Amino acid sequence: MKKAQDNEESPVAKEVLAQIIRNADIAGKEQIALCQDCGTAVVFLELGQEAHIVGGDLVAAVNEGVRNAYKNGFLRKSVVTQPFSKRVNTEDNTPAIIYTDIVPGDKLQITVMPKGGGAENMSRLLMLTPAAGHHGIIDAVLKATDEAGSNPCPPVVIGVGVGGTAEKTMMLAKKALLRKIGEQNPDAEVAELEKEVLRRVNGLGIGPMGYGGRTTALAVNIEVFPSHLASMPVAINFSCHCSKHKEAII
Amino acid sequence: MQRTMQKKINLPLTDEVIASLKTGDNVLLSGVIYVARDAAHKRMIEAIYKGQSLPFEIRRQTIYYMGPAPAKPGQVIGSAGPTTSYRMDPFTTRLLELGLRGMIGKGKRNQAVLDAIVKYKAVYFAAIGGAGALLSKCIKKADIVAYADLGAEAIRRLEVEDFPVIVINDIYGGDLYEQGKAKYRIKDK
Repeated sequence: MKKAQDNEESPVAKEVLAQIIRNADIAGKEQIALCQDCGTAVVFLELGQEAHIVGGDLVAAVNEGVRNAYKNGFLRKSVVTQPFSKRVNTEDNTPAIIYTDIVPGDKLQITVMPKGGGAENMSRLLMLTPAAGHHGIIDAVLKATDEAGSNPCPPVVIGVGVGGTAEKTMMLAKKALLRKIGEQNPDAEVAELEKEVLRRVNGLGIGPMGYGGRTTALAVNIEVFPSHLASMPVAINFSCHCSKHKEAII
Repeated sequence: MQRTMQKKINLPLTDEVIASLKTGDNVLLSGVIYVARDAAHKRMIEAIYKGQSLPFEIRRQTIYYMGPAPAKPGQVIGSAGPTTSYRMDPFTTRLLELGLRGMIGKGKRNQAVLDAIVKYKAVYFAAIGGAGALLSKCIKKADIVAYADLGAEAIRRLEVEDFPVIVINDIYGGDLYEQGKAKYRIKDK
C-alpha cells in the first residue's frame, strides 16, 4: 500500500491511500474492525488424511468459532436467512461457508477469509470458448474491473480462475485471493499473464476508491486447471483493499 | 486530505451550499446525518406506498448508506464506513422527490438517480470505503431512531464532526467516477 502511495500520480489517489493506511493504524492500535463489513466467514479446511476428528461435529465446531469471534470481537453480523424474502439476520454471522479438502499429513490447516459483500457482488463467471485464448481472459478481467469501478473498494486484489468446470473455476478464483501480494504463479506463462493483466487493469484509470489514478489493483492472481475440450471457464473474484485472511495449523 | 482545499459545511444542506459544491470537492460535514441502508430503504418505500409517514423528517436531510460494526465498551459506534450505493438506487428517486438533499455512500449511481440529483438539486458524496475505523472517529453521537429490529440496518441519527467526504455528483451533472477515470486512463492496443 505504501509502495502504491509512492508510485501514484494522482494527488487525490495519494490522499485516499494515506487515509487507508491511517485507518489500518487506528484499527490496529484500538483493536477495532478495519471496516464495518466484517464479511461472510469463508473457511477453508485442509484436513490431513492421517488426522481424526473426534468428540463432535467439525462443521458445528467451525460455526461455534465464528459465533465467538464475531461476538467477542465486536464484528458486524452480516448473514441473513431466506435471502429472497425474509432476510432475517442470524445474529451470530453463522453459517460459515466451509470448504474441506483432504490432504496428505496429520494436521488440520484452517484458513479464514472474512469476505465483504461489496467486493463479492462484483464476481463474474464466464463460460468462454476455447477460441477466446489469453485475450479472452484479459478482456474478461478488464471488463469486470471497469464495470465494478468503485464498488469493490479499490485498490483491489483480483482472483482469477481459468479452467475446470463452472464451480471449480470459481473456487480457483476465490483461493487465488489467499496468495500473498507480490507472489506470482509458479508457471512462467501464467505469471507473465498476471503481469500483463495487472498492467492493463492499472491503465483503466479507476484508481483508489474510483476517484481516478494508477492504482486500481494491488495484484492479479490467476490459478489454472485443466478443462473440457469444449470449454474455457473464467471466474473473477475481487477482494477489497483490506484483503483479510489468516491461517492456523492444529 | 491535506493537499486539496477542504470545504467545511454545516448540515442540513441549504440550496446555496448545494449550489456551491462541485464534483471533486473535498468536504468536511458537521451536524446531523441519518443512516439507512438496504432493508431500511425497502421499509421506508413500503411505508410511503402505504401512505404512512417516514420515521424522520426527510426534507433537506442527508442519508448515509452504512451499517456499523457493534461499539466496544466506551465507544460511540463501531467501525462505520460507507456501503455500496447502487443497491439503494431503486428507492432513491422517490426520496429525492420527497426532499432528501444529500447522500453519502460509495460507487456509481444509475442514470435515474443521476438525473434526479440534477432535477431536485441534491448532492451525492462518497466516503472512503474500508476506512470504517477512521470514519468512526468523526461520529460524536449515534442513536437508533427507527426499525430497531433491523439491527445493523436500523435507522440511526448521527451527530458528526468534520466527517470527510468527496463530491461525486453535483447539480451541474459532474461525475467524479467518470472524470477521474478519464483523466488517468491509458489507451492500450
